[in-house]
Amino acid sequence: MRLTRRYHFAASHRLHSQKLSEETNREVYGKCNNPFGHGHDYVLEVSVRGPVDEQTGLVVNLINLDGLVRREVLEDFDHKNINTQIPTFADSVPTTENVALEIRSRLARKWEGTFQDGLPRLERIRLFETRKNIIQVEEHHGR
Amino acid sequence: MLITRKVEFSSSHVCRQAGLSEEENLRLYGEGANPHGHGHNYVAEITLAGEPDPATGMVYDLKDLKQVINDEVVEVYDHRFLNHEVPPFDRVVPTPENIVRDLWRRLAPHFKGDVKLHSVRLFETHDLYVDYFGGEAG
Repeated sequence: MRLTRRYHFAASHRLHSQKLSEETNREVYGKCNNPFGHGHDYVLEVSVRGPVDEQTGLVVNLINLDGLVRREVLEDFDHKNINTQIPTFADSVPTTENVALEIRSRLARKWEGTFQDGLPRLERIRLFETRKNIIQVEEHHGR
Repeated sequence: MLITRKVEFSSSHVCRQAGLSEEENLRLYGEGANPHGHGHNYVAEITLAGEPDPATGMVYDLKDLKQVINDEVVEVYDHRFLNHEVPPFDRVVPTPENIVRDLWRRLAPHFKGDVKLHSVRLFETHDLYVDYFGGEAG
């Protein structure tokens, strides 16, 4: 059984790489390189997978999942400037790809401590930057 | 090839276990444990797997699929209080996980031929849904 929960946060960012020249940044990132930044209403989908506990009828305790996502992601990202207020992005570009990987890593490192025996598994996350731009990161990506 | 048909139904439910304390029920089910019940506009997506028939060009006749879904889902669930009116939820907690498995049990026997029931997705709200693929591991 897979259960998916959607969360919402609003954040601003600017796409600008210190590894590229000013001109190349403007070419690569276009409008997203605007020096003052811009923002999105992000939607985060967290999908977990595991057996249904026959006693409770639950694949995951939603109160625990909501608490984990709130503490590890929403409290830090919601109504924040990702470049200036999330330390990882001091020297990394907050593309949706990198934000999704950061969120996956924040959830993964607290997963075992939140869910006994690591069940259910954190199967994947999807991050919608807008309704049209969606990044999906699977459980084993990059590991 | 997969084909999906959506259906909506509105039902009320309570998620709590009589044998547990109020505190334990709240820890497991949160607001859903309110003994008076509450409701949702559920959306189910029923997905079949098969190949188009060479003559008709269809995996499955959508009129027939609509009829099966109406008989097995809408007639049973729509505008009902699940705990009181829809077995097995007189004894099984009507979590989305349990509801989606009940939908599967009702629907799967209709698809025994070349076209199989592939998955059922159930949205309890816009922000919470479950996918079930049948079997124990599901």
